[in-house]
Amino acid sequence: MVKTSVTLSGLTLENPIIPASGTFGYGYEFAELYDINILGSFSFKGTTKEPRFGNPTPRIAECPAGMINSVGLQNPGVEKVISEELPKLAKCFHKPVIANVSGFSVDEYAYTCEKLDKQEQVGLLEVNVSCPNVHHGGMSFGTSPEAVAEVTRAVKSVTKKPVYMKLSPNVTDIVSIAKACEEAGADGISLINTLMGMRIDLKTKRPVIANKMGGFSGSAIFPVALRMVYQVAEAVKIPIMGIGGVSSAENVIEMMLAGATAVQIGAANLVDPFICKTIIEDLPRVMEKYHINDLNDIIGGAHK
Amino acid sequence: MKQSLFTIQSNEQLAEGVYKMVLAGDTSAITAPGQFVNIRLNSFFLRRPISVCDYGKNSLTIIYKTVGKGTEAMRRMKAPHKLDILTGLGNGYNTAPSGERPLLVGGGAGVPPMYALAKKLLAEGKRPIVILGFNRKEEMFYTAEFEALGTEVHIATADGSFGTKGFVTDVVTALPDYTYFYACGPEPMLKALSACTKTSGQLSFEERMGCGFGACMGCSCQTKYGSKRICKDGPVLEKEEILW
Repeated sequence: MVKTSVTLSGLTLENPIIPASGTFGYGYEFAELYDINILGSFSFKGTTKEPRFGNPTPRIAECPAGMINSVGLQNPGVEKVISEELPKLAKCFHKPVIANVSGFSVDEYAYTCEKLDKQEQVGLLEVNVSCPNVHHGGMSFGTSPEAVAEVTRAVKSVTKKPVYMKLSPNVTDIVSIAKACEEAGADGISLINTLMGMRIDLKTKRPVIANKMGGFSGSAIFPVALRMVYQVAEAVKIPIMGIGGVSSAENVIEMMLAGATAVQIGAANLVDPFICKTIIEDLPRVMEKYHINDLNDIIGGAHK
Repeated sequence: MKQSLFTIQSNEQLAEGVYKMVLAGDTSAITAPGQFVNIRLNSFFLRRPISVCDYGKNSLTIIYKTVGKGTEAMRRMKAPHKLDILTGLGNGYNTAPSGERPLLVGGGAGVPPMYALAKKLLAEGKRPIVILGFNRKEEMFYTAEFEALGTEVHIATADGSFGTKGFVTDVVTALPDYTYFYACGPEPMLKALSACTKTSGQLSFEERMGCGFGACMGCSCQTKYGSKRICKDGPVLEKEEILW
């Protein structure tokens, strides 16, 4: 019997598989298909202080081995997330959930995190300083070490729950950003968010996405994500949630060898709604194939 | 929603750029006409959402237009190729408010879902009037199938090469009486129809989708009652809630 449980800052997960924010809603659509309690946890739709409709459509464009989205943080706002979504979620998911938070100012990040800190269901806060689809917010906090440190400190001062900073790959030096988070007191790092990308429609000769550009995700970005997880794992001591193009149990193991303690599955959920279940079921067999008895033994294994 | 493997029974051309595919598989998740399926294609990342034309026990009929590389690949598929399909997506049409004499208005690629809807209304003892719009005669399809249902069928072509010259709205405004309307087609058609109809109705919308089952918020639209996901809360919206 192989051991798949891992621990993120005191939060023990049955397995390291976590659907990524924005690809799993609040879990209801997937709970119709399978018992989502088999998941390690999941990161719910990015939440902001105020309700947001998000960007105009089209918000989606296809790419080879991936897709671009420009949803723009559509969400009902933190009040409604707490009063409506979390009680509904409690009926189908009985484990601690990851609250993904975004904002347009340091105060907004702190406000939303403080509200979610009081929710018993929330086991961990994932602070998104990397959304490429909103102006004057999101990613602008995640592209400078000073700004990311300021958000980290502000959030840490309002919560006792573990704080993971979700970083953008659209930077020149991911390592300096990750180190700034660690020094500012972050409990962990989630990386990567989507890569900025775009497509142009040959018929209309205009960008496919209404907002022109969006975030590129899907299996195409796996090598980039893996490289960044590896680089950050070299430089920080705090745990990492590896995200980006993961679509198989083999990818999960690769991500953990690069230094991830847990692994998030994103775009793959949208094309194969059973992908997380499949990966969780495949994991023990693939572990045995590669002579892995305990996943904890391989975290960062590729660095040796 | 259900994910299952379907086997292609036939795949044939109906008109210029229009193809009909009949598949065998588990259709138990399809609960209403106007719903759609989302088809996974080899070497394409996203699935292709296609409206359901007709469905029965173990049988699914879709009619699709070749508009890009995905539908081009579908066109070349042959029986007994197998496809991974998500079924039972979207809300579909509600036949309860139709009244005795509802209009069914389909334009171009919006024609197919009207077929299963017409069958359902007829089975409920109602007498639907079908109005189909095409650009020109060469793009017409399924008119004989609608006529074979024994229902009243009107056809409009934009260039006048068949039926009424003009748009479906030209036919609708000339009709004396109807109790309700159902529509699917390009957005300008839906908008014009919404403006010229005297009754309430339900209109089916298209949008680029990520997942097709409500998870990604890729296809949201704003309505009088807040934001809705075209894939999950739609694709059918009521006339009164639409913000044009």
